[in-house]
Amino acid sequence: MIINSRFFNRSELLGFLALAVLLLLILPLSLDIFRLNLVAKYLTYAFVGIGLVLCWGYGGILSLGQGVFFGLGGYCMAMYLKLEASSVANTKIQSTPGIPDFMDWNQLTQIPLFWKPFHSFPVTVLAILLVPAFFALIIGAAMFKRRVGGVYFAIITQAIAAILTILIVGQQGYTGGINGITDLRTLHGWDIRTDHAKFILYFVEVVLLFGCIVAAQFIRLTKLGRILVAMREQEDRVRFSGYSVANFKIFAFCAAAVFAAIGGAMFTLEVGFMSPSFVGIVPSIEMVIYTAVGGRMSIFGAVWGALLVNFAKTSLSESFPQLWLFGLGALFIAVVLAFPNGLSGIWADRVQPRIDRLLASRKSKSAPGLVADGAPAE
Amino acid sequence: MFGDYSISDLGAILAMQGFAGLILFSVYVLMALGLAIIFGQMGVINMAHGEFMILGAYVTWMTSNAVQHVAPWLFPGYFFIAMILAFIASGALGMLVEWALIRHLYKRPLDTLLATWGLSLILQQAYRSIFGAREVGVELPEWMMGSWQATDSIQIPINGMFVMALTILITIVVFYILFWSSWGKQVRAVVQNRVMAGAVGINTEKVDRYTFGLGCGIAGIAGSAFTMIGSTGPTAGQLYIVDTFLVVVFGGAASLFGTIASAFSISQTQSTLEFFLSGSMAKVITLLTIVAILMVRPQGLFALKVRK
Repeated sequence: MIINSRFFNRSELLGFLALAVLLLLILPLSLDIFRLNLVAKYLTYAFVGIGLVLCWGYGGILSLGQGVFFGLGGYCMAMYLKLEASSVANTKIQSTPGIPDFMDWNQLTQIPLFWKPFHSFPVTVLAILLVPAFFALIIGAAMFKRRVGGVYFAIITQAIAAILTILIVGQQGYTGGINGITDLRTLHGWDIRTDHAKFILYFVEVVLLFGCIVAAQFIRLTKLGRILVAMREQEDRVRFSGYSVANFKIFAFCAAAVFAAIGGAMFTLEVGFMSPSFVGIVPSIEMVIYTAVGGRMSIFGAVWGALLVNFAKTSLSESFPQLWLFGLGALFIAVVLAFPNGLSGIWADRVQPRIDRLLASRKSKSAPGLVADGAPAE
Repeated sequence: MFGDYSISDLGAILAMQGFAGLILFSVYVLMALGLAIIFGQMGVINMAHGEFMILGAYVTWMTSNAVQHVAPWLFPGYFFIAMILAFIASGALGMLVEWALIRHLYKRPLDTLLATWGLSLILQQAYRSIFGAREVGVELPEWMMGSWQATDSIQIPINGMFVMALTILITIVVFYILFWSSWGKQVRAVVQNRVMAGAVGINTEKVDRYTFGLGCGIAGIAGSAFTMIGSTGPTAGQLYIVDTFLVVVFGGAASLFGTIASAFSISQTQSTLEFFLSGSMAKVITLLTIVAILMVRPQGLFALKVRK
């Protein structure tokens, strides 16, 4: 291998290249801007999926509250965009110009304190990364230090997702309520609603996604990733070996939260609004579904899962709205019962060996003895 | 917060909110009892529990319609028939699901969560296709309407009292079944040590199936009771599932008594707060308190000491 053969093994490198060709060449060239924007929307869930692979697939921590972090990232971005869209000139018909429209509708006369930092773009970017990480740190520290895990952790994260949704819907004047934060216009003076902007944002997102893939791969391959796997298999033994299990779990959970938040922020930019319907229990579990379908043990699988399930969702619900939920439910049951490692598991078990055999037989004709490298990917 | 009310007003408010809380408590207990059996005893996370409840509600609705058309003289008592039918329908579906799905997943509890979530999606869509997306409500017989005037300022709805009485009855029956009947002993034996229970001749598979069926059947009764105080839609079950899980976890998963105690404290807190704050804030504060307490005391209120 020419490129750092230890960082990606051969099949991972192929996966990386295939994904890069698909996302950077095939899709932008073949799809119109509306469909490309849809793909961009699907890809925002891939960020969450990558995080889930780390914390669920490798760490064994199933979080049903990833929507919380997705939403926090998305809302941070939306607050910045909304403040920019609510300049005095844009909002002069309101009774209090210069504040977001929903605040005006709810009889607020000035911007609440926690909105103020979002006037500045650098602070917003920092907030997108740090606010979810901070929340994850608190939740994780409280739970993992007391050795709460597994099922209980799943249920409590789910409850947190429910709490945040109810809070956002209830505090209409501060959060935009059930409608969310809508009518976002410009990012630092750059109109994000035009086709051209959407095209550029798509590429920004894909680059960020590859950045996250590389980061996740890095975490996976370091000692930390190995400890995560060890922890998932035999938590007590890792603890007896002297590692602080809780800290590693907290790290994995925080990393997953940050990935999800980046996805959420990109979602706001791509779709142009953010609402509590992307925060609660149902979207959080759907994000887990994408990851499970793609393969909870595979970073690329998570990306493919997000793309394929969402693509199926859009096309099925466009033509057979009745069937979609049946299909999704059945798919999910089938994945859990028959293919616990999802699509990437099927690929590694069924397709990869055949390709390897094909390549091996060709190689052995030209240069016998050079066949080794074909270890199946996870 | 208290400024505008006199002492007697406050007393009446507390009493009526307390009673509203008791009705909420009854619904929580009915739903949580089934879940406590399935989750607490068997370790299965049944995310479709709300949908089993809704099945009971729809069965009740169908029974009420059928009785009105076929045998109107039976109408005052149709509710009892409906409850039994709801128990049978939900229990049978539960046993079917256990056979088809759950029994393959006993060793992977987190996966039961995902699989039953898939199941709940299918059931929701099935209800939507069969019964329509609109919410349906049953017509109450005359004796259940109206309210009982306890004092000048305190009114207590009769259907609420009926639901409460029903809850007490079901709770007693469940306790009897699990703690005094020989079948209940088998269930607890299987829960505590599956291999040993099998070794002494208990058919663990059969016990699992009936336990799951019982839990789902109780959910069906909960749904039946639910129709008396609210209307039913295809997705109504989802609204309650997280609350119910929190009730069970907060009470201590393996303790039925803990489930009842936690249902009581949660429902009372929520309904009392609801009067002074907006409904959503009351819920947020209640849930946050539970989560905070669970972070400090993860094993819940009443934990059984079991060696792992």
